[in-house]
Amino acid sequence: MKKPAAAAPEMPHPMEELLRMDRIPHIWCPTCGLGTVVTAFAAALETLELPLDDVAVVSGIGCTGRVAGYIKVDSFHTTHGRAIPFATGLHLTNPKLKTVVISGDGDLISIGGNHFIHAARRNVDITVICVNNFTYAMTGGQVAPTTPLGANASTMPYGNYERPFNIPYLAESSGAVYVARWSALHVRRLTTAIAEALEKPGFSVVEVISPCSTLYSRRNRLGTGLDLMKFYHDNCVIKHGAPTRELDIGFQEEITVGKFVDLERPTYVDAMNKWYAGVFGDDYEPYEGAVK
Amino acid sequence: MPKDLPAAPDSTKSKYWRKPLDADKVKIPHGELHILTARCKGCMFCVEYCPRGVLEMSEDFNAKGYHYPVAENDPACVNCRLCEMLCPEFAIFCLAVEEEDAVDDS
Ligand SMILES: Cc1ncc(C[n+]2csc(CCOP(=O)(O)OP(=O)(O)O)c2C)c(N)n1
Ligand code: SF4
Ligand code: SF4
Ligand code: SF4
Ligand SMILES: [Mg+2]
Repeated sequence: MKKPAAAAPEMPHPMEELLRMDRIPHIWCPTCGLGTVVTAFAAALETLELPLDDVAVVSGIGCTGRVAGYIKVDSFHTTHGRAIPFATGLHLTNPKLKTVVISGDGDLISIGGNHFIHAARRNVDITVICVNNFTYAMTGGQVAPTTPLGANASTMPYGNYERPFNIPYLAESSGAVYVARWSALHVRRLTTAIAEALEKPGFSVVEVISPCSTLYSRRNRLGTGLDLMKFYHDNCVIKHGAPTRELDIGFQEEITVGKFVDLERPTYVDAMNKWYAGVFGDDYEPYEGAVK
Repeated sequence: MPKDLPAAPDSTKSKYWRKPLDADKVKIPHGELHILTARCKGCMFCVEYCPRGVLEMSEDFNAKGYHYPVAENDPACVNCRLCEMLCPEFAIFCLAVEEEDAVDDS
């Protein structure tokens, strides 16, 4: 029998500063990638040395939606699909806050898809971290608008025949100014991407491909989350600047990851201030938020 | 061959034939692992991706019924913290310990 690790004095995990420890252990299944994504987000905040009081996290409903409940910053767990409109309101009330949406592919791209494209179109200065596990995990593995063609889902028992969205392409064509995709295994590059997205003025999107071991993986006989991590290791290809139209994800096919879009465009608030300054001249006081 | 160029390194003598010029000066970082075994859910992300092969799964179970990592090769840990970053349960972390002089293991 292997002996336990040398009994170093039990110290609190550094993440405990950022977690609501009264809610830990979290509900996520063994070998689910969501906990790893939370660590990458925390590491990005650490890199930027952002005071936690200046950060707000908004989630919708789903396994990923639980993130808002675990992170110890001001956070809100909205209704299904409504994370982006809630975050938009929060951001417009206090534009100095770093407002971050962390939610699932179903929540953001299906029921919340309309909010996603319009926040991108307006270039609302928020960051969206979209955890794509290719399914509606929390409700039992139903087909999502991101489920690859041919993959099995509880509502597609003979395989999915609906063409999925390619999230980076959707984001770019709707107007996002920063778009990246990484997997939960690329935890350091993911951290860098989240940090860059947080610093970017405007609508920034980081898609994270993450294992759902219990539903997506089991229905498709892909093994545990570790097997999916190994799949990402062997099949993710880094192509920075790849045209987003080429980023479709096929069932168990190569996944292109990298930073695809990083450009400048006036944010919603900048555009409004510039427009009204043009209309009203010196009478207009630029809007900087309702919170002083 | 011009005389003032250094002779090519003898690749038969060392497998690290491109020995860095400052190899005798650099310090190899070393980490002290902390494993919160009770929290672990046995995913093995840490074991699989530790670049130094420090970790192995235990044979016994924690109270939740999962195997957890044990540091079988603790001195090899270079405090890269990849295990800490990948762990979805916040169950393992690594702290830097006083750096040791590099050893020439060529
Ligand atoms: C208005 C409404 N419709 C449907 C649901 C049921 N529901 C809860 S979570 C979810 C899907 C979540 O999928 P995703 O956002 O991908 O999150 P995951 O669980 O995969 O992380 C659905 C359909 C709901 N809670 N509210
Ligand atoms: S159902 Fe899937 S996404 Fe949800 S916690 Fe379990 S593994 Fe993670
Ligand atoms: S810190 Fe790096 S070297 Fe040390 S155990 Fe973790 S992954 Fe391995
Ligand atoms: S990564 Fe964390 S949960 Fe997974 S085996 Fe290692 S310590 Fe346990
Ligand atoms: Mg999902």
